[in-house]
Amino acid sequence: MNDLVENVVKGDIRAVARLIRDIDDGIPGVREALKALYPHTGKAYVLGITGSPGVGKSTLVDQMVSHLRRKEKTVGVLAVDPTSPFSGGAILGDRVRMQRHSLDEGVFIRSMATRGHFGGLTQSTRSAIDVLDAMGKDYIIVETVGVGQDEVDVVKSAHTTVIVVIPGMGDDIQAIKAGILEVGDIFVINKADREGSDKTLSDLRLMIDMDQKKYEDGGWKPPIVKAQAVFDKGVEEVLEEVEKHRAYLLETQGEIDFRRSPKRVREELMDLVKNRVIEEVLGKLTETGDFDAAVEAIARGEKDPYSACDELVLPRLEIH
Amino acid sequence: MSGLFDKKIFDDLRASREKWEQELKKAFDARPERLERFATVSDQEIERIYTPEQVRELDFQRDIGFPGQFPFTRGCQPSMYRGRLWTMRMFAGLGTAKDTNERFHHLVKAGQTGLSTAFDMPTLMGYDSDSPKARGECGKCGVAIDTLVDMEDLFEGLPIDRITTSMTINPPASVIWAMYIAVAENRGIDRRIIGGTIQNDMLKEFIAQKTFMCPPEPSVRVITDTVEFGTREVPRWNTISISGYHIREAGSTAVQELAFTLADGIAYTQAAVDRGLDVDDFAPRFSFFFNSHLDFFEEIAKFRAARRMWAKIMKERFSAKNPRSWWLRFHTQTAGCSLTAQQPYNNVVRTALEALAAVLGGTQSLHTNSLDEVLAIPTEEAATIALRTQQIIAEESGVGNTIDPLGGSFFVEALTNRMEEEAFEIIHKIDDMGGMLAAIERHYPQQEIADAAYHYQRQIDEGKRTVVGVNKYVTEEEIPVEVLEIDEELEKIQIEKTNRIKNERDQVRVRECLEQVGGACSGGGNVMEPVIAAVKAHATLQEVCDVYRRVFGEYRDPGIY
Amino acid sequence: MTGKRRIRIMVAKPGLDGHDRGARIIARAYRDAGYEVVYTGLHQTPEEIVEAAIQEDVDMIGLSSLAGAHNYLFPRTVELLKEKGADDIVVCGGGIIPDEDIPTLKAAGIREIFTPGTPLDVIVKWVADNVEPRGEY
Repeated sequence: MNDLVENVVKGDIRAVARLIRDIDDGIPGVREALKALYPHTGKAYVLGITGSPGVGKSTLVDQMVSHLRRKEKTVGVLAVDPTSPFSGGAILGDRVRMQRHSLDEGVFIRSMATRGHFGGLTQSTRSAIDVLDAMGKDYIIVETVGVGQDEVDVVKSAHTTVIVVIPGMGDDIQAIKAGILEVGDIFVINKADREGSDKTLSDLRLMIDMDQKKYEDGGWKPPIVKAQAVFDKGVEEVLEEVEKHRAYLLETQGEIDFRRSPKRVREELMDLVKNRVIEEVLGKLTETGDFDAAVEAIARGEKDPYSACDELVLPRLEIH
Repeated sequence: MSGLFDKKIFDDLRASREKWEQELKKAFDARPERLERFATVSDQEIERIYTPEQVRELDFQRDIGFPGQFPFTRGCQPSMYRGRLWTMRMFAGLGTAKDTNERFHHLVKAGQTGLSTAFDMPTLMGYDSDSPKARGECGKCGVAIDTLVDMEDLFEGLPIDRITTSMTINPPASVIWAMYIAVAENRGIDRRIIGGTIQNDMLKEFIAQKTFMCPPEPSVRVITDTVEFGTREVPRWNTISISGYHIREAGSTAVQELAFTLADGIAYTQAAVDRGLDVDDFAPRFSFFFNSHLDFFEEIAKFRAARRMWAKIMKERFSAKNPRSWWLRFHTQTAGCSLTAQQPYNNVVRTALEALAAVLGGTQSLHTNSLDEVLAIPTEEAATIALRTQQIIAEESGVGNTIDPLGGSFFVEALTNRMEEEAFEIIHKIDDMGGMLAAIERHYPQQEIADAAYHYQRQIDEGKRTVVGVNKYVTEEEIPVEVLEIDEELEKIQIEKTNRIKNERDQVRVRECLEQVGGACSGGGNVMEPVIAAVKAHATLQEVCDVYRRVFGEYRDPGIY
Repeated sequence: MTGKRRIRIMVAKPGLDGHDRGARIIARAYRDAGYEVVYTGLHQTPEEIVEAAIQEDVDMIGLSSLAGAHNYLFPRTVELLKEKGADDIVVCGGGIIPDEDIPTLKAAGIREIFTPGTPLDVIVKWVADNVEPRGEY
């Protein structure tokens, strides 16, 4: 494992690929590797890109990679695609649109499925970000399909989150309002040549303006950029807004790494602890058969679920 | 109106039907129906029997009529095969231009009446043989063309003033066509005399075959240039062969093939009209290219529906007045995807059935696949059997004795109506999206085809659909078939030839010519004259295509699965 | 942590031919059998495929070719994997491949060749029988 970590830090592609695989597959030794890796993290700038299927996220990411490369920045990409609920398999197709960068040594692209990660997708993605960060990438772009809470949590690990919409998707705006508005730092209206892009613009603006008070207090006001990623239009503007947001974060939070701000650390540590507790306690319960026994006892009417829960959990937590 | 059926007959018919159904029930009680569901290759469910009930509204004049008359359900020309048989046009191309030239001479001697050229992958994608992207592909599935010299070698000794030539080429179609025009002119043949077809249909590439170079919009623009140029300068040339063939090969259903192809045709017509051309000046030079798959009646109905739909589209949607604009003339190729590597001699029978469907559907020209197509490039012997198959249909079977022999069949008419109806539904959906370019951008046709292809494969694997020799009547023994090998040395020879030509030409002149091409591309002038000048100066295929790529950008696979 | 390795497969289209019906169908079949499939899209060079396979840490690459260039493209892919020290990635191929080419391709390190008409189930099951998660780093 130590070799692995050393080689990740040196930027060895195979080591990086394998460590992300270990994270993905939940290999127990990975925890030690992540511990060793942690001191090498905190340098990369993390971008989250989310939006509904078909809005052109991968194309936008592909173009952003090109622009960043022209500025001689190195880039890591994590492209998350949904796992099929029927088979547990997945087709990870985002890479298709980025494949032209595959021979560029300054770019590392990795596809991940949303499959039942132990501890959730969020945890795995955060760890994978750490790996790309430790390997020395300047920028890390995480692309997810913005549908579930899980995906929203993923982009919350980013410094700057970009939400992509296309014209004529009124439902999308509603969904953003309901769920992910507060995580959006930049909004992109992609395929802006399509009918209805002005309407989408005014809808978004209206929504953003509702938080007027927050901006008056010095809060970040999300800009809206019109783009046609396929034709490389508006992509530079998106990156300019990213840099502005980065400057804003620096100004308001100082030099300390954003990902290590107490708020963020609290969230991440809480997730880790939660997952670990679940893993340790639940894992043992199912292994020993105590859980199944309790289920049967409740089903036979010999026990109530509340007492069963106490009996299962309290001794293992050593809380009395 | 000239309805076919007296309303009174339907009462008698119902009584007879009820009687038949009772007897049928008894029969099925004793022995159940052979299949749970009877459906076409495209999974359209087929009824037990067809009677006037399914074609109640059929109107002879409006829906069927006479060949050569609107809506052309029975054929474009009044005489059809009573006048002239279809053109037997076998696709050929392999190795170097000289190799293919030999094959052409052989085919002409064997009685073939039109040439058809297959190009290798680098040529199809606009790369020269010496490009790193061409490694391992030179001459593999067709002939390699880099310069005008290759084109001259390809047609050496062939009477191109008398014979028509079809060239299956898409992104670089304008360049290959320019080379053909240059070959003719260098021989002293007027461009107004030469005849033939370039496929030149990029929309189906984005939808199905995936041989692409520039994005959809500039691709259609260059195609419109060729249409405009052909109308003015090369009046006997078919500038686009609007192709459903590849859409079907990619796994679409028959209705999807029909709908997407006609929707592509609508897009090209609209683009030329928007350019300011009179629809009646160019539309008569549009031709079509369909697949003939194994489901006999479905295919016949598809061809008949296609003619009727296009006539309506041209007359009603584009207000074309010249009856020739209403004609849907088409080439057919039997379905490569229906052939099997197992028991390959069965492919002769499959191809014969598919060819028969194309003939009964009234095709203008036909390519019959060789039995070894699924294994490699056809051998001469296999290609000859395929040609003989057509000749037997034409001269022994008697199916060409009367025009549209299946017209009036309750089943075929009902199926023709149904395909027209369903295809128009898809076309309207595409219209609602803003046309084919917008639909392609939304991946609508791509996704529909991907779904249909997967569904079809699943049915075969689950044994719901029989493929003889593959999932039924499987035999262990392998029947050896002779396979044509392409010499691996060929790549080297071709690269040397191209390099020699590149070294010997007037470099300054080439550079000037390419600049002119670039100017036409970015300035919006017609690209054809500058491209003809460039190829005459021995600019290579890739050099011209690189100009296109630089000005218009490159299109990459969006990866729909 | 469950610690169970899951097989990852790359479906790739090397070369210029655009016939991707087979590749797309196979990708879906692998997904429906519970595998994670990385799809490269069309017109890939062997170099691009190999680099992507290493970054994605796949256990197998399925190459599809229908235009006769397999004799160059397939062995070249295996050769590059060797150069990169990743030849524990299993490579198999499918498409229009004449029988007499198969021994040469297998000798070059292509583990299996699937010719037209092979049922999807056979292709999918082959993975279960022949592909192991790659060795430890």
